[in-house]
This record gives sequence, C-alpha cells and structure tokens, in this order.
Amino acid sequence: MTDTNRELTELTEQSYKYGFVTDVAEDRIRKGLDEDVVRLISSKKNEPAFLLDFRLKAFRHWLTLEEPTWAKVRYNPIDYQGIAYYSAPKPRKKLSSMDEVDPELREAFAKLGIPLEEQKRLSNVAVDAVFDSVSVATTFKKKLAEMGVIFGSFSDAVKEHPELVEKYLGSVVPYTDNYFATLNSAVFSDGSFAYIPKGVRCPMELSTYFRINAAETGQFERTLIVADEGAYVSYLEGCTAPQRDENQLHAAVVELVALDGAEIKYSTVQNWYPGDAQGKGGIYNFVTKRGKAMKRSKISWTQVETGSAITWKYPSCILQGDDSVGEFYSVALANHRQQADTGTKMIHIGKNTRSTIVSKGISAGHGQNTYRGLVKILKGAEGARNHSQCDSLLIGDRCGAHTFPYIEARNPTAQVEHEATTSKISEDQLFYCRQRGIKEEDAVSMIVNGFARQVLKELPMEFAVEAQKLLGMSLEGSVG
Amino acid sequence: MSPQSNGTALLEVRGLRARIDDKEILKGLDLTVKPGEVHAIMGPNGSGKSTFAGVLAGRDRAEVTGGSATLDGKDLLALTPEERAVSGLFLGFQYPVEIPGVGNLYFLRTALNAQRKARGEEELDAVDFLGLAREKMKLVEMDPAFMNRGVNEGFSGGEKKRNEVLQMAVLEPRLSILDEIDSGLDIDALRVVARGVEALRSPERSTILVTHYQRLLEYIVPDRIHVMAGGRIVLSGGRELALELEKKGYAWVES
Repeated sequence: MTDTNRELTELTEQSYKYGFVTDVAEDRIRKGLDEDVVRLISSKKNEPAFLLDFRLKAFRHWLTLEEPTWAKVRYNPIDYQGIAYYSAPKPRKKLSSMDEVDPELREAFAKLGIPLEEQKRLSNVAVDAVFDSVSVATTFKKKLAEMGVIFGSFSDAVKEHPELVEKYLGSVVPYTDNYFATLNSAVFSDGSFAYIPKGVRCPMELSTYFRINAAETGQFERTLIVADEGAYVSYLEGCTAPQRDENQLHAAVVELVALDGAEIKYSTVQNWYPGDAQGKGGIYNFVTKRGKAMKRSKISWTQVETGSAITWKYPSCILQGDDSVGEFYSVALANHRQQADTGTKMIHIGKNTRSTIVSKGISAGHGQNTYRGLVKILKGAEGARNHSQCDSLLIGDRCGAHTFPYIEARNPTAQVEHEATTSKISEDQLFYCRQRGIKEEDAVSMIVNGFARQVLKELPMEFAVEAQKLLGMSLEGSVG
Repeated sequence: MSPQSNGTALLEVRGLRARIDDKEILKGLDLTVKPGEVHAIMGPNGSGKSTFAGVLAGRDRAEVTGGSATLDGKDLLALTPEERAVSGLFLGFQYPVEIPGVGNLYFLRTALNAQRKARGEEELDAVDFLGLAREKMKLVEMDPAFMNRGVNEGFSGGEKKRNEVLQMAVLEPRLSILDEIDSGLDIDALRVVARGVEALRSPERSTILVTHYQRLLEYIVPDRIHVMAGGRIVLSGGRELALELEKKGYAWVES
C-alpha cells in the first residue's frame, strides 16, 4: 500500500459516536410474532377497532408473503420470532410538559444534539422524539395548534384525530404493499403524524428523531403526513442507534399525501449504527416511503444515508394529479461492510407531470452501493418529463457501485433522460490538495462534500451542516 | 518567516537520485537556488524535469534513493507534501486536476487558512479573504465567474494555468516551481501568466520554471538557466544559453 492508501484507510476506519446505550426501564412484550402479539400491541395502545382490523389484515397477509431477495444486498436470515415487537420506556404516564420527560431520556437526546426543550425556541424546529417504539415528547405542539397544524405522535393522532388517520392510513402504502411494509402495518408501535390544513404554510420545520435503544427489539414506526390543499410543510427525520453486536431490524413506513396545490419537502439524515469495520452488528434498514401527489402539488424527498448495515429503501412519488412534481435527491454512503440498495420510483399518471432524480452514491472500504430506480410513464401521462442523474464515487479499490435504472414509458409524448457517471477520488486530486497545504482527511471530506453538493444544498441549513460533518466522519478510513 | 541573507541558498539539492518502479529517473542532480532568483530548467522530454518537480513537492510516484534537498536549511525530503506547502513550497501543476463541486474560492481559502493555521498565524475570515482574492484575480485577469465554479471544473487549458498562478499569488510561497506552466497557452495567456510570476518576484522569493520551450523566457527573464538531460543538470548558464538551445536544439546537449 502506498502512504496515500494507508492514510486513507485509517481515515475511513473511524468509529461510530452515537453508540451509547441509555439505561431506562422498559415495558416490553415477549419475543416473537403471532396474532396474539398483534392484538396485545393494539390493546396496550387502546386502539379503535379500525386499527386493530388493519393490523390483523396486514398480519394475515404477511403470513402469505416471502421475504424479497431481489435487492443487491446479502445478509444472514432474519429470525422474525427472535425479535420483541414492542418496547417502550417505563413508566409511561401522561406528560403534561417537557419537564416531566425522564431525565435519562432527556440526557440521551441531549447527547444526540436534539433540542427537546421548549426554551430552544430559537431553533424554530418542532421535534417529535421517538425512543424505541414510543414517541416521548413533542415540542411546540401548542404553537402549531394555533395555526391548525396537527403534529405529534402517531398514537396521539389515533386518539385525537381518528377520522384523519382512518382516512389516510394505508392510502399510499397499502397493507399489502410489500413484505416489510406489511410487517410494519401489523406491528407498528408509534411514529409521527402531521396534518397541515388548507392553505397553511407550516411556520417551522417539523422534525422527528428516531432512536433504537433496547436490545433485540425492532423499530417499526409509521409516519403519516397530510398536506391539505395549498398547504406547505418541510419535515426532517433523523435516526441513530446504540452500538450492538447483533443486527437490529428497522422496518418503517412513511406515507405522504399532498392534496391539490400542496407541497411536502421531506428530508432524512439517516445514521443508524452501521456495524463495525468487520461487518458485525448494525441496523437492517428496510423502509418503505412513498408520497401521493395530487394536482399541481409537489413532493420532494432528500436523503443522506450514512448509517445502517443494510439500507433497502426507495422513497417514491405517485404523480397522480396533472402538473404534479416529484423530486428525489439522495446521497448514500457505504463504508466498511455496509450495503446500500436505494433509489426511487417515479410513477407518472397525470398529464404534464415532472420528476427529477439526483442520486449520489459513495462507496468506500468494502462498501457496496446500488442505485435502483424506476421511472414509469403511464398511458395517460401526456407530456410527462423525467430527468435522472446517477453519480457514483469510489474510494479505494475494494468497494463497488452499481446502477439499475428501469424506465417504462407508455406515452409517446413523454421525455425521459438518464445520465450516469462513475468516478474515483484519485491520488492526483489528493496530492493536489495536499500540495496546497490541506491535510489528507480534510481533502477527502472536501472532495466527497463537493461530490454531494447538489443534494446537500436541498437540505434545510442546519441539517446540511450536520450532514456534511456526518459524511466526513463516516468516511474515516477508505481511499486509494 | 526566517530572515534570509543573500549568501545562503533557499533551495539546495545535492546528488538527488530517484526512480519510478525499476527505472532510475534522477541520477545525481545538483541545484542551488538563492533567494530572489528565478531559474529555468529546460530539457528534452523524458529528461526528468517533471519528476524532479514532483519529488521536491513530495509526490510519492517516484522513490528517492539518494541525495538531499533542503529548503531554508530544512530537510525537505522528510516532510509530508502538506508540510512542504506550509514551509513555502508551491508546485504549479502541468495538468491541474478538477475537483467537481468544490468551489474554486472555497478551495483556495481552505488552502490558505490551512497553511496559516499550521504556521500559527491567524486565519482569514471570508470578507478579508474575498478582498485578497479579488485583488489577485485582477492580476491574472480572471473572470470572477470562475470563482464559484468547481475547482478547474470545465476550465480550458489556459484557464487552468491562470488558476494555478492565482493560487500561487494568493498563497505567496517562498519557492514556486512551475511545471510546464506555458504548455498549451496562447500568447495572451502566456503574457498574463508571466505577469503573475513577475509580480511575485521579490528579494525573498524564488521561482523555478520548468519548460521545454524558450518561448516563456521571452516574457520572464531568468537569472539562471539549466539544461537537464538523462536525469542530471548538464549545463548551466545565463540567458544566452536559451538562445543557443533554440538555435542548436537539445540534440546538442544530449550528444
């Protein structure tokens, strides 16, 4: 190995800094999954009949499904009976203010840099924090309520606005959708819910922070965001988990509904524990995210995926209404033994629908990064347009980048463009930076951030800064 | 910066040997550059000029097998490339690389502040830096539109070379080594590059121009000219040497 290679390797072999475990008492149910467990989850949460019904239908359907194998990821079989499907911090009394949140929990979120306290009003981000399976605190709830914005835990929404939940739950991702979404539909324990009323521009970023803490549990959260006609909302999602030797399953579902003229901007910075350099431990992240866009509405997904041992995720847009717009901006990083199979689906149904895809894959160490995307133009999608750009950056010579673009156009007036590039961080680039006095690790971080810039600039400011740091950190140890 | 009396060398190279794979490229090279001097190293293709420039800057493509090189009395060969940069060595690249998405100005400020920080100097804030960069951009007649583009991204050959001179002008190195800075330049660009080099000329700073053609030397008049052949400097002299080479060709020194 040359000096450059060695230094790059050291650089990319940094460790995960969110790997702490918080010692809080948990209320968890026995491991394993059967119909009784589904009923138990529902009864623990005092759910209305429609929800139990939804869960049971999903569970029965799940029993008929096979785990999908088409993704370009390899992992040991998941023992679905070895997972506890519900874990909540205990005791769970009703909280009337932030001060009542368990100090251990507050400390955990403080370590993560999550502003849970109301006095951090200046940050102007409303936060819903989900710890293991249960939402523990939502800030700014009152202020938002003044504008008619509903934002809080999914469980609260079920109690306080069951009609909205019943109307939209499963309307974008039906319980029959796919193996992991179906499992989630049966066992999801909590998540976030947001509703923005007609014509309201949500005055602050809504944010959910997910954390898996308990061992041998899965996290199955469910997020539902509805933007009524002409409404606007920007939503941020962040994720971390402790460092554990076993793999933990995370199978979430996110549904977005943008009614006529509405706009939803959904940003994710995903930093679940990726496993160690040898590939031990880490989160299996099998997530279904999809939005439905009605007339003249817009749904924009931006994701920075730096964590998880396995990422399997395709945030998609169903462009149902005429003149609706779908966007997907993604940076996915796979270092060490991480595997990412991610991309999007843009389904053009309405006339003059437009979609943009910008995917930036970064592979380092033994990481494997796959872009998988579908652009589907249906017969009636007169004048539909898509532009896709997929760029891969390789760091070192032991990693891989793969691109699988699928295009189906059934309308002759449609315009679909696809561009793809693959490049390496070259020794020439590194030497150039070093000759100008920039240290190697700073140079790598700078080059990677430059590569991802097109996507990072889509993120809200404070998230963009965090994402930049994360990219640099996640790369400690990988060029050549 | 340490005081430098005119008598001592800024760069002192003694018996330098280096090889790439199994092939010896530098075969005992000697060179002394004093503060304030501009030297030109000329020679045919394959004589080892670019390898020499790369070895001084710490490029690990060639392996040093013998000899010494000091900058201001400091053992250059023991330093990392970034330490050499901080010590005041600048290499103008023959083929400057592109770094997509990293803004040209951002890159330059990062470099300048990395060097200042390593030297224990205060870092420049965005406003001060912009003032400095604007002034230097005028010197190389660079369109400000280039500043927010990616480093060398989509630049023409001439624009890349101007960008090298801009970086040099901002970083103000003690020793600039310009590797074939004139290749691929039209007369206008050549004139601009030459002006950038001349502007930096001072009693403390030195420049080494590595070039194949004497054309550049019509715009920058060197104090010394060296001819390299077979991995060694075989001939040194004043300005008249360039003219003689022009007349007789490199075959004259190689024979």
